[in-house]
Amino acid sequence: MTTDTLVRDPASTVPLSRMDVSDPKLFQNDTIGSYFARLRREDPVHYCPESAYGPYWSVTKFNDIMQVEVNHQTFSSEAKIGGIAIQDMQTGEGALELEMFIAMDPPKHDAQRKAVSPAVAPSNLVLLEPIIRERAGLILDSLPIGEEIDWVDRVSVELTTMTLATLFDFPWEERRRLTRWSDVATATPETGVVSSWEQRREELLECAYYFKDLWDKRINESPKSDLISMMAHSPATRDMPFLEFLGNLMLLIVGGNDTTRNSISGGVLALNQNPAEYRKLMADPGLIPKMIPEIIRWQTPLTHMRRTALMDAEIGGKKIRKGDKVVMWYMSGNRDEEVIDRPDEFIIDRPNSRHHLSFGFGVHRCMGNRVAELQLRIIWEEILKRFSKVEVVGAPERTLSNFIHGFTHLPVKLHAH
Amino acid sequence: MPTVIFIEPDGAEYPIAVKNGTTARDAAVNNGVPGIDGDCGGECACATCHVHVDAAWIARTGMAEPGGMEANLLQFAEGSTENSRLACQITMTDDLDGLTLRIPDGQH
Repeated sequence: MTTDTLVRDPASTVPLSRMDVSDPKLFQNDTIGSYFARLRREDPVHYCPESAYGPYWSVTKFNDIMQVEVNHQTFSSEAKIGGIAIQDMQTGEGALELEMFIAMDPPKHDAQRKAVSPAVAPSNLVLLEPIIRERAGLILDSLPIGEEIDWVDRVSVELTTMTLATLFDFPWEERRRLTRWSDVATATPETGVVSSWEQRREELLECAYYFKDLWDKRINESPKSDLISMMAHSPATRDMPFLEFLGNLMLLIVGGNDTTRNSISGGVLALNQNPAEYRKLMADPGLIPKMIPEIIRWQTPLTHMRRTALMDAEIGGKKIRKGDKVVMWYMSGNRDEEVIDRPDEFIIDRPNSRHHLSFGFGVHRCMGNRVAELQLRIIWEEILKRFSKVEVVGAPERTLSNFIHGFTHLPVKLHAH
Repeated sequence: MPTVIFIEPDGAEYPIAVKNGTTARDAAVNNGVPGIDGDCGGECACATCHVHVDAAWIARTGMAEPGGMEANLLQFAEGSTENSRLACQITMTDDLDGLTLRIPDGQH
């Protein structure tokens, strides 16, 4: 880097006291990495006194993040005091009082999580694998060779939406409603996905009533292994208040939709940016299982999770006060050279590639992590059978969000074997 | 050097001799025992090293402490029983020589 770029680069010139990494534009224009790199070097547990989301702490190093993750007695996920994202839940204009187990502390969290986790447990996934593989194959077989297409829409969104529809046993022809509700759930008016908070509220309520109908049908049928049936029949969840039902639905929809889709797109981009790794993969498809966690680390589809301190605490030598907002930047921890060797390199056969923060740790660790890995493994196995290259042919467009780290558009051209 | 024996769901056995003080998780991960991922690095934070302690050994390893982090995580692991432990929380000593740990079906 020349002196000139150093001078111009706001990541290295802004005074630390005024550094605010919450601006969604930094994620959309893909400049956030240099801000995190500076924080890891100069102020790994950083206080930002003023932002669009109020004052907050940024925790940027892997081991400090781990310390917050495993201490749920001190660092709460409870929605009523803020929840799990830098943007407070249940506050602001048009907000719905949604409750979901990711934003609860034990013991209520534990009971609700246990009610739905069998749907994504390994024994259920064994049954799902051939279904997902068949659908992945159909998606890929429908794509034109040698023409520019949008990988995000045609593959990433389509596959994760199909999988989610399968997990819910959702009416098949209407499955894109799930995609829409997922986008709406994480949207704010400035993203353009919804035009107002009121519109967001109305669409989410429409989602809730749609699922209420499904619930009412399933509760009158014998128990099945889909998520709605499980929730309708489990003693821990069957008497849920309506907004808690909607909240948990949103959690499963966003968790299953907005995350893996971006790892599917992110993997294509990473392999194109690292042609030697793409060649390595083509020469040895047996590397796929090792590559999947590396893609998930590389993409880090959720940039952060947030906690709220229930008591005074210390992280990395900094005094955190009761009530403070603490943001664990997974994106940053996944580039921490103290824990990850050559963290800025994408290495598909990286030893120890599973040691990353993208799924979180502790009691809130991603419930669907095996579904995510399964979809990624299947899609890459099926891609390699069909195409010699998925070539990125234009600039990717990234999501305007400080929470979802993803893509809205990724132009590619497919090359047959 | 105490030996820890991992038994896969299909019956395959992996006997591994390790230095005193090594965790059963490290014994498995460093020797490529299938089904023990140990994603968190052995910090009792992910439950990807879930094992069933053979009934003959549970008195010596002890059970996961109720209400502790290990028990908190095990409650979400598929197929967990009262003999379930996280291998990262079992430290090998001469007293545990011959310890038999069964890997649950479908840790993946």
